[in-house]
Amino acid sequence: MSEERAAALNGKGRNAMFWTPLFLAWLIALLATSGALFLGEVMGKTPCMLCWYQRIAMFPLVLVLGVGLFTSDVRSARYALPLAGVGWGVAAYHLLVFWGVVSERLVPCGQGSSCADADVQVAGVVPIPLLSLAAFTGILVALCVARGMARGSARGEEA
Amino acid sequence: MNKKWIVLGTVVAVVVAFAAGVTVFTSRSNQEVKQAVQTNSDALVRPHSPIFGNPAARVTIVEFLDPSCETCRAFYPIVKRMVNASFGQVRLVVRYAPLHQGSDTAVKILEAARLQGKYWEALERAMATQPQWAAHDRPQPEILWDLIGDIGLDTAKAKADANGPAIDQLLRQDVADMQALKVNRTPGFFVNGTPLREFGEAQLKALVDQEMKKVGSP
Repeated sequence: MSEERAAALNGKGRNAMFWTPLFLAWLIALLATSGALFLGEVMGKTPCMLCWYQRIAMFPLVLVLGVGLFTSDVRSARYALPLAGVGWGVAAYHLLVFWGVVSERLVPCGQGSSCADADVQVAGVVPIPLLSLAAFTGILVALCVARGMARGSARGEEA
Repeated sequence: MNKKWIVLGTVVAVVVAFAAGVTVFTSRSNQEVKQAVQTNSDALVRPHSPIFGNPAARVTIVEFLDPSCETCRAFYPIVKRMVNASFGQVRLVVRYAPLHQGSDTAVKILEAARLQGKYWEALERAMATQPQWAAHDRPQPEILWDLIGDIGLDTAKAKADANGPAIDQLLRQDVADMQALKVNRTPGFFVNGTPLREFGEAQLKALVDQEMKKVGSP
């Protein structure tokens, strides 16, 4: 592997095209994190069990991708992808529970707030799990685009 | 270098937006509670409620209390001390906010004790023994009967009273008032009708002092 190619893979290359989609993924995670904190800490909605698992996947993305952006390191996308994937899965499951496709008895909801509760909505219209699923989807797509661009530019520099 | 500033700038922007959201949301919900109090001012104090301290006191602390709530337990001696230290200027009106499972049964037991003039003894005993009977995953309010057994109740009469219609009606009224006044956490305090918005012992004392000044010194 030439030094140039390694540098390009790390994103130290001059044309770090991947930075913009990486930034978008980070921005989505940042907005989702602050939104979740606002709902929980300011509006006083108690997060249900499934919400917690989504938070566990979402919050670290801000830090992992944030460090990646700071050092222009596209490899951060690789570390972020498993988190985003797990979060996507939990959000999709949560949405099925919310829509009643999956019975809530199967869900590990303890006492406190119910994951299928109608209270799991913003402004009474948009279900929070749908927002979460949209955010994780956006992050996954942006991360894949970033990786694709980094590979593309690496190949370009090699040629 | 430039990109780092983009990241930092975004973080700052989101933090500022968050703080602005907090300000807007709290002022709006404060307004809502104030409005709820204004339109439901008779819901604050009902003639059926227990009163601690001088009934003619000029400052009234209304406390929406849940006998199973740990923070209510922690606040009980604080509020009691405030009333006792006020030389008859402050009174406490106890309302019920049975937000936990089993709290309604506990309230009924306390009210049954009140009919026999043993309310404060029963309440203090219930608070002291709260960890025994009020575990949130497995509440056992019925064992309160044993725990307050030595305060001198006619237990047979008290048990009949606890399940009677009068106490049931009282509890329903308190729950309705709790909802009308938008109390969703306990203890919920109102001092002369002003809701305590930022929770804490110092904040409650400040609110009482403020209302005391409003009504003037004796």
